[in-house]
Amino acid sequence: MISVAATLPAIKALPRPDPWRSGVVLAALLLALPVLVVFSFVFAPAGEVWLHLKQTVLQEYVTNSLVLLLGVGVGVLAIGIPAAWMVSLCEFPGRRLFEWGLLLPMAMPAYIIAYTYTGMLDFAGPVQTQLRDWFGWGYGDYWFPDIRSLPGAVLMLSLVLYPYVYLLSRAAFLEQSICVLEVSRTLGTGPWAGFARVALPLARPAIITGLSLALMETLADYGTVQYFGLATFTTGIFRTWFGLGDPAAAAQLAAVLMSFVFVLILLERWSRRRARFHHTSTRYSHLPRYQLRGWRRIGAIVGCSIPVAFGFLLPALQLGVWAVDTVDAWLKADFFHLVANSLMLAAITAVLAVALALLMAYGRRLRSSRPVDLAVRVASMGYAVPGTVIAVGVILPFAWLDNTLDAFMRAQFDISTGLILSGTLAALVFAYCVRFLAVSLNTVEAGLGKIKPSMDDAARCLGLPPRRVLREVHMPIMRGSLLTALLLVFVDVLKELPATLILRPFNFNTLAVRTFELASDERLADSASAALAIVLAGIVPVILLSRTIGRSRPGHDQTVC
Amino acid sequence: MTKLLDVENIDVGYGNHTVVFDAALHLKKGAIGVLLGPSGCGKTTLLRAIAGFEPVQRGRILLAGDEVSRAGWTLPPEKRQVGMVFQDFALFPHLTVADNIAFGIRRWPADKRAARVQDLLQLVGLPQYGKNYPHALSGGQQQRVALARALAPKPRLLLLDEPFSSMDVELRESLAREVRTILKHEGITGLMVTHDQFEAFAIADRIAVMHGGRILQWDSAYNLYHQPADRQVADFIGQGVLLAGMVVGDTMVETPLGPIAGKVPEGCRKGCPVDVLIRPDDLMLDPASALQAEVIDKAFRGAVFLYTLRLPSGATVLCQAPSHHDHAIGERVGLRPDFDHLAVFPRRA
Repeated sequence: MISVAATLPAIKALPRPDPWRSGVVLAALLLALPVLVVFSFVFAPAGEVWLHLKQTVLQEYVTNSLVLLLGVGVGVLAIGIPAAWMVSLCEFPGRRLFEWGLLLPMAMPAYIIAYTYTGMLDFAGPVQTQLRDWFGWGYGDYWFPDIRSLPGAVLMLSLVLYPYVYLLSRAAFLEQSICVLEVSRTLGTGPWAGFARVALPLARPAIITGLSLALMETLADYGTVQYFGLATFTTGIFRTWFGLGDPAAAAQLAAVLMSFVFVLILLERWSRRRARFHHTSTRYSHLPRYQLRGWRRIGAIVGCSIPVAFGFLLPALQLGVWAVDTVDAWLKADFFHLVANSLMLAAITAVLAVALALLMAYGRRLRSSRPVDLAVRVASMGYAVPGTVIAVGVILPFAWLDNTLDAFMRAQFDISTGLILSGTLAALVFAYCVRFLAVSLNTVEAGLGKIKPSMDDAARCLGLPPRRVLREVHMPIMRGSLLTALLLVFVDVLKELPATLILRPFNFNTLAVRTFELASDERLADSASAALAIVLAGIVPVILLSRTIGRSRPGHDQTVC
Repeated sequence: MTKLLDVENIDVGYGNHTVVFDAALHLKKGAIGVLLGPSGCGKTTLLRAIAGFEPVQRGRILLAGDEVSRAGWTLPPEKRQVGMVFQDFALFPHLTVADNIAFGIRRWPADKRAARVQDLLQLVGLPQYGKNYPHALSGGQQQRVALARALAPKPRLLLLDEPFSSMDVELRESLAREVRTILKHEGITGLMVTHDQFEAFAIADRIAVMHGGRILQWDSAYNLYHQPADRQVADFIGQGVLLAGMVVGDTMVETPLGPIAGKVPEGCRKGCPVDVLIRPDDLMLDPASALQAEVIDKAFRGAVFLYTLRLPSGATVLCQAPSHHDHAIGERVGLRPDFDHLAVFPRRA
């Protein structure tokens, strides 16, 4: 801390240590701890288990993960870009409905869609039963593709992750200056050529950003690949930890996975930076859309319907049917207990994550300097880190701390303190904060950025110290952003699976964990009610998102403050 | 009379980059000062240093005799009892007009607070608007609320950062006079930043002309106009031209308008080349005068014409004449100098 303070420019030096600057840097260091711990295992000496892994399964992990990345990459681009282009630049019946409808698959966690399709497509499922009825087939008379395969996983992940590409490329299409598009039209470019030669190249940075986000999620996925029995890094980390009982080797696997993620982070940052230079003109007006007629119109409607139907409507319908079938069972069972657990965890994390985001964002506003900016950036890196990796990075230092403290207390006072942090809800909430701080931070920073600096100055001249300016001026003004941030984190926690699986206290279950457990036991119908609850909660941020993007177009902006 | 604000040779800047150099000025209690200069001259930075938002790199600032800033230490703005009115008003959008005004006097007893808010609303001419929200007010009304809010805690010093810049040009001068009346009524010392000299003339007892981060002159409006300290001040304040001349005596300068008596710069002896500032109101049209000039341009200003005239020497001067003296371009007119005092600068090498 002292060394950080000493490197700062002397002009802002205050007589006593600055609580804002040290607060931000300390909190950032704490939140960066799991990732740093995992990274430190890059240099750890290779143990026996690691050598064993390297000889046997590592090759498979890498291959499967790469094929998954490639497949999902192609899939999300193939669905996301055309859909974004059609709803932002063409006019056809139902366009406004599709604008937000295409976001709905975001509400569907990958592991839930995976086992829902498994249930729908397996031998006893409605699809094969119907086919047998129609064609009079019997068992073994026909070939049916197995969804529980690598191509199946690619399909499942593409169906729920394409909204990232859709969202960002749509925003890019909408932000493109009308001048550029009009000029291309006066030069005789039709819709297709305008798309390929003008809009697509201009939107490329945004598309790459969306793609890298989708691929980060792909790498982070545990539920789908585990359920489909595919060996990837995330399942490998689980197996190494719980099966082989070697945390160090698990952390080493996590470190390799992190290097994949790191490439994606660099890709994302690079494309975001380039995006800034792609606005050639600042004149915006209402976009005149291409009026689609005849087969093109039908093509657009069908094209937009497919991802919504397969990514959300069909699986949600199936979950609904199952849930209704098993309504009596789950009303009696521990459903409400699970809901209470999930809501409590989500609420605690949401409040903490927003409080941390406020500290970081406001600290940066007060004391923008290289160390503070760097700290904030490091702290918000967690969104890219798979939940499995964070869990490993949390449990190792916490266990070390507990053991050290226990040994010390036993030696000094002959008292065993046992496990204070690891295996408790505190560890879980901490992991959630690491993973989801970026979600709250982005929203809070955006809200704070809209408040003019003169507001701060005015309040200070009227006698308020900085922390009360935050409470009495900023927080009331940015109430909307704070609520949005709370809600986004809340829902993300509800959906989170791998970190919860690893870090939850013994006998403590949440909706997501129970859903996954029941599905893994092939009790698909029984898990439907919990799954449906998660999906319904997931719709809330989708609605928020679609409202934000509707307002985001410059020129259609609401005045702020 | 005591000095309320004393700025002692301060440097202000960001990081290694210094924006204000060696600024010194002081205000007596109840006086109104103005920092005047083109954009980027450092006037807002100087104001923010006085408010406590920017630390000083050198020198110190005293408020009513107490040190509030020195190199390495800054009393935070919330502890200075300094009010500030911002260019964009910075009214809190989530509070009503009355709550905005009451923001700085939260700790007062409720009845006193309500009375103060009502008094101030009355003072700025908005007695009915207490329950409105800022976004429902016009720009001028918001400006008055911002002023009332800053005045509410009875600050020792009120700082105004280009408060009229978002107003219509025609309104600015009258608003400035109105603010002056209010400040004088409340007995509050004020310091305003502006780039508009007419605004400055309308409000100020004393004006600091700033350029390139330095205070060039700290003086009354009258002296700035008639006795500018150097050619940058002469150039920035009012209109006029510099005519080449030569010192011919201890108090005499030879110019294309003939010899003129007046104070010559120190260090300028006989034969020293100088420039003489000629204001448009220093010259009168006089048909009887032997000095003839040709009209090369004219601008109608209502009550007066502003003529651009070419002298026999080829130099041009500006001359302001009552608008019934209507002369055509190209016409020759007689010219008579009418100087009260002389502004003479040594010629630049």
